[in-house]
Amino acid sequence: MKALLRNCLLGLMAMAAFGACQKHNHLPVSPYFDEEDQMGRPAVNTVFISAADKENFNQTPPTMMPAAFAAEMKGNMLALNPGYTTNLLGLTADQFIGVLSTDVLNASTTGKTTFYDGTNVLTGRALSDDVIDVELTLIFGGPNGTANPGLTSDHVNANDVPFSTEFPYLAGPH
Amino acid sequence: MKRKRIAILAASAVLIMGGIAYAADHMDAPAVKGQTDDITDLYVFEGKNTDNLVFVANSQGLLAPSATAAASFDPTVLIQFKIDNNGDNVEDLVIQAIYKDGVINFFGLSKPSLLGTRTKIEEGNFLGSVPVTPYGAHSPIVTTGAYGIKFFAGPRDDPFFFDLDQFHKIIGGMATSFNNPGTDTFAGTNVLSVVVEVPKSLLHAEKGKINVWLTTSLQESGNAK
Repeated sequence: MKALLRNCLLGLMAMAAFGACQKHNHLPVSPYFDEEDQMGRPAVNTVFISAADKENFNQTPPTMMPAAFAAEMKGNMLALNPGYTTNLLGLTADQFIGVLSTDVLNASTTGKTTFYDGTNVLTGRALSDDVIDVELTLIFGGPNGTANPGLTSDHVNANDVPFSTEFPYLAGPH
Repeated sequence: MKRKRIAILAASAVLIMGGIAYAADHMDAPAVKGQTDDITDLYVFEGKNTDNLVFVANSQGLLAPSATAAASFDPTVLIQFKIDNNGDNVEDLVIQAIYKDGVINFFGLSKPSLLGTRTKIEEGNFLGSVPVTPYGAHSPIVTTGAYGIKFFAGPRDDPFFFDLDQFHKIIGGMATSFNNPGTDTFAGTNVLSVVVEVPKSLLHAEKGKINVWLTTSLQESGNAK
């Protein structure tokens, strides 16, 4: 009887110790976070970066992007449009990639905010901006924006539902 | 440390020509495709009140209406707007958003304690919080925090529009031009949005402009000190 009691006690102590030990194994939650996805301008990673480098691009600080990716981006752009000379902004392939390879979204704090409206270039990105047509035109449209007319617009020119004029501006979910 | 990734979304499986694919940033890379940290879009624009700038972070794209109620922000994913205000493309300010117990908490508008791809929450600079607006809510839940900053978080229509399917056909050699009219691949789909409206004066832009990039970061798994 005594032996049984002692064994029980030992068992309980062992369980308690094990429990404590388990508790000890619950390590504190790390305060650190590691970057997984990143985006500045629309469609840069998706269009200009090769499949094997997409994760790497997402985890590279913008200041380090040109050295790491400009050559690859230029190659992929010229694969899309082997006839590229300059674009509507007057940029050579090197100059165009020079702008795009630091993938940040520029935004004005003093004037109109738009991706491109014919006058203002890269001063923000509004919800209604047709960024795809802008990018297609800059890639395929040549110096006047008129080359390759079948490739310079996807002919989807607006969102499927209207935006709100009030915060948070985006339309409610479908 | 990296979680095992399972691509959940059944997207058109045409991976083509050196990865020329997808969309604004929707499902841009294998590790984030279909995950809670998959960024779809970043927008930065002047608010209705022109003294303010609006920052929009969209993630978890191509949500069908039937899948939207179940979609949720992830407490292990830190969403950050990184802001360069002096033209060197290094973050001078961050606006951080992270989900916990039905609420998104916001931190920052301060110099981050770590630069680059490893980050901590700037807990000393709490800006405010907003309950996540549930799917089906009649109107968005909006709160105002420190310095008059406005917050929203929840499901919204995906504001991105693009005939992605036709683009795939062109790239894949199955078509030579876009259709007119095109078909918006993103019509009728939802995203999870975080929207923040900030007085421009808090951004301290040195030359009347800022550079912004949006990041998502995963919490490390525990044994770090």
